[in-house]
Amino acid sequence: MELLIKNGYVFDPLNGINGEKMDIAVKSGKIVEKVSKKAKVIDASGMTVMPGGVDIHSHIAGGKVNSGRMLRPEDHFRDVEKKTAVTRSGVGYSIPSTFTTGYRYARMGWTTVMDPAMPPLEAKHTHEELSDIPIIDKASYPLLGDWWFVLEYLRDGRIEECARHVAWMLKATKGYAIKIVNPGGLEAWGFGRNVHSINDPIPNFCITPREIIRGLCKVNKLLHLPHTIHLHTNNLGMPGNYLTTLETMRCVEDMYDGGKPVMHITHCQFSAFKGEDWRTFDTGAEEIAEYMNAHSHVTLDMGQVIFTDTTTMTADGPFQYTLYTLTGNKWVNHDVETETSSGIVPFQYRPKSAVHATQWSIGLELALLIKDPWKIFLTTDHPNAGPFIGYPQVIAWLMSCKAREETLKKLHPKARKKSLLPTINREFSLYDIAVVTRAGQALALGLTFKGHLGVGADADIAIYNINPEKLDPSRDYEAVIKAFGCAAYTIKGGDIVVENGEVLKHVPGATLWVNVETCKPCEMEVDEGLKRRFREYWTVEYENYPVDEHYLAISRKINVKADV
Amino acid sequence: MTVVKAVTCPVCGCLCDDIELTVRNGRIIKVKNGCAMCEAKFLSHASDHRPTKSMIRREGKLVEVSLEEAVRKAAEILVDASYPVLYGWSSTSCEATKVGIELCEEIGGVIDNTAVVCHGPSILAVQQVGIPSCTLGQVRHRADLIIYWGCDPWSAHPRHIERYTAFSEGRFEKSAWRTYINKVKALVGSKKIESAIRRLAIKSWEPAVARVEKSPSQYLSREGRKLIVVDVRRTKTAEMADYFIQVEPGKDYELFKAMRALIRDQEIEVDRVAGVPVEYLEDVVDVMVSCDFGAIFFGLGLTMGSAKLKNIEEAIRLTRDLNMRTKFIIMPMRGHFNVAGANIVSTWETGYPFAVDFSLGYPRYNPGETSVVDILLRKESDAALVIASDPVSNFPHKASEHLVQKPLIVIDAHMNVTASMADVFIPAAMVGIEAEGTAYRMDHVPIPLKKVVDPPEGVFSDEEILRLILSEVRKIKKERMEAG
Repeated sequence: MELLIKNGYVFDPLNGINGEKMDIAVKSGKIVEKVSKKAKVIDASGMTVMPGGVDIHSHIAGGKVNSGRMLRPEDHFRDVEKKTAVTRSGVGYSIPSTFTTGYRYARMGWTTVMDPAMPPLEAKHTHEELSDIPIIDKASYPLLGDWWFVLEYLRDGRIEECARHVAWMLKATKGYAIKIVNPGGLEAWGFGRNVHSINDPIPNFCITPREIIRGLCKVNKLLHLPHTIHLHTNNLGMPGNYLTTLETMRCVEDMYDGGKPVMHITHCQFSAFKGEDWRTFDTGAEEIAEYMNAHSHVTLDMGQVIFTDTTTMTADGPFQYTLYTLTGNKWVNHDVETETSSGIVPFQYRPKSAVHATQWSIGLELALLIKDPWKIFLTTDHPNAGPFIGYPQVIAWLMSCKAREETLKKLHPKARKKSLLPTINREFSLYDIAVVTRAGQALALGLTFKGHLGVGADADIAIYNINPEKLDPSRDYEAVIKAFGCAAYTIKGGDIVVENGEVLKHVPGATLWVNVETCKPCEMEVDEGLKRRFREYWTVEYENYPVDEHYLAISRKINVKADV
Repeated sequence: MTVVKAVTCPVCGCLCDDIELTVRNGRIIKVKNGCAMCEAKFLSHASDHRPTKSMIRREGKLVEVSLEEAVRKAAEILVDASYPVLYGWSSTSCEATKVGIELCEEIGGVIDNTAVVCHGPSILAVQQVGIPSCTLGQVRHRADLIIYWGCDPWSAHPRHIERYTAFSEGRFEKSAWRTYINKVKALVGSKKIESAIRRLAIKSWEPAVARVEKSPSQYLSREGRKLIVVDVRRTKTAEMADYFIQVEPGKDYELFKAMRALIRDQEIEVDRVAGVPVEYLEDVVDVMVSCDFGAIFFGLGLTMGSAKLKNIEEAIRLTRDLNMRTKFIIMPMRGHFNVAGANIVSTWETGYPFAVDFSLGYPRYNPGETSVVDILLRKESDAALVIASDPVSNFPHKASEHLVQKPLIVIDAHMNVTASMADVFIPAAMVGIEAEGTAYRMDHVPIPLKKVVDPPEGVFSDEEILRLILSEVRKIKKERMEAG
């Protein structure tokens, strides 16, 4: 099918296009130079045209997400979606059901979403859900930071074997990037303990978080993976942790060669806390931003807090336990043998809580104080700091001082006093927004065919009812929220899937995964001794462990060649 | 003759995936590694009693018809119904359940799985307080204290202890098998001596009195893995335990409360709780608090006790309290091999694990109202589809009565009691033997089910049959719409 999007104001940062009025041509699911006269025409005059949104970190599928769904019927009762002639029914709110997840992202103009935490043993579950999520393309990062094989290889200094093993794991789990969560802490959590700095020894393994981070950073380079290591820092959610975060960023400085960044620190808001305890809780955004402005080897995403009732879920078991002891709320813990852990606690962010309000402020401070929008991306760590349907609201906060002031007024006075926001005048332009919601994320993920509208790119396009010549987002931020919440059109792979916020088609999306070709075969595949060890480590058979490709509704393999 | 390795056993929630099958001429002739239940099921696929033809009830009798006819009839029943129920799902694949949910949404019915009559209360309790748990390997590697409460794995989940808990070999904890053997030897020896003494003093023989439990300290104070069993009767599992707590029937809730109080160092002012001396409980609680990693497994003895979900809630709260002091987890012993999967798929597609009502066009959940047994007891449903389950033989009589009075479709590999009362019966392939798919272990680990042999000719998998019915339902709806 051919498509011509005419006369829109195009924001395509990866190609340096900033609000120019131009036409975009689409053929067979790709952006092309031009199309024939038979092409269907979308009149986008007076509208903003952007590449489809890309989300680098959003918990949308898998065992943990589903346990959250099961845990909270009350989350669904108030937010339901009826079946229509083309769409399936479902429920929200903070943990929407699979179909609803796809529709809601598509309605906002988002077309690519990364699920950031897949326990390898339960990878099939993640993929079954991902395949069920319609419209959007997606991928998932296997949790590898506390995997026994990694710990043992890195302890023994066998970096190349480690790299081949990680390559095997990416293939076995159909994963996209190396995810590290509270390195060492999760293994320690197996016996109810934790680590408290990147230099703490990990019980039973004679290795430190620093060595894990550096080791996997090296592995990532050896394998030439498209994304960097994706890191959830130690001490996340603890007052004073901005120091750990700075130390973590410093620990890989020497691995940066001036080219691509080497590390992504995710939901940085939760890792930028200052203060001795919850009473003296304060923002550490300034220090982090200062470091980020002076260095280029790290990218971040926000993890922006939205004031609402949500469900926190991370692989960071000890942190979730702390959250449970703080709130007394219902608590799910799910440790996964040999690999990782996870936890879930429902949580309500209230503007009248000094801590929550300061957290809200920290996210925005980070985004606004870090000068280069290519270094920090918009996320809410869905659903941890708020559900993804809050993105339009976050965009408004970024684009408008007035929007921020309105919210600031409602905050706990202590948090208002501590907030750096009143001193910040910066307002994001639509171009900046296109960077932090699409282009920057696609670049960081190494998704060369996403996040831009150049010829050859996937025809994933969002058209919003925003006339950049008429609308002043700074003043009229409500209109911005409305426009981003309900795309005029969403085009996925050349298909018009959403019009005026209404889903027109239930099409499957692809699952992206990285197939690393190593020079030597992974020891796991050839060494019988290792296969025996496999049986000792896990309670499933070697043959039943990998995710067969048929679990992926549409499998999109990205081939890379490794050095090892 | 071929040998198929790493086959997953489609019997219980343990989902052992190390079964080796020997196949000759399309028949499984040998089963290795499996338990008795596993062996029986794998060998049953070639049974002569298996129905292979679809059937429809005509003039009170089930008569053989073509698959097409049976599918058409089933679809008509479902389209004509205003409040149909779709029940079963726990012994089929997740793939089949997915189609079932789509079908249910299409016809605006209620979909419910067998969890409603087994671990439904556990789910309701989890929805109240959450659950600290883990995968079974975590228990294998780390647990030095294992508690089975209201369940008898030796009989119901025969390989649970050997593969995942007390007798398994982990990285940080070794198998307690050897200790058990020594204990059994000692026990046999002492029994022999006892009976010898009894025979010598045969004249002064008296009827045996109820045995008073020895103080638990004897076995519980040793190093290594320890096994405690709590049950109302001395089960086979209890026989091998280091300590057996015989709780009075229906008093589990009290026992949990007492343990929670003891963990918090509170005094208990009675001598016995639920029939157990408090001083023994104190010893047990000491062991619980001082272990490195404890695990509680519970079964229907708790969920179907009179306190139902309150029992489980209290068990989970006990586990949460224990986490203040050490590491502790708790896990339900799921029965059917894919009951966990039925809950999981239902949750990701609809938000709810069982008892999902689509009659308003969106998923609604209110167990007690939207759960199948309650719907049947209120006589609200007007048709039913039962798949991979036999509700007539275990539902309350009144519920079964209503179920069979209304049009009933049954899809099953066997002619069970429910199937024999069906209006439409469609024979199905045995999932995990003749059809592939995915199932979830009791700890939510997904494991693939293999197709090892071909199903009998003309017999399809649950998933395929449901797809046929779904497309027939859509066809009929379209026809009727066009006809106005």
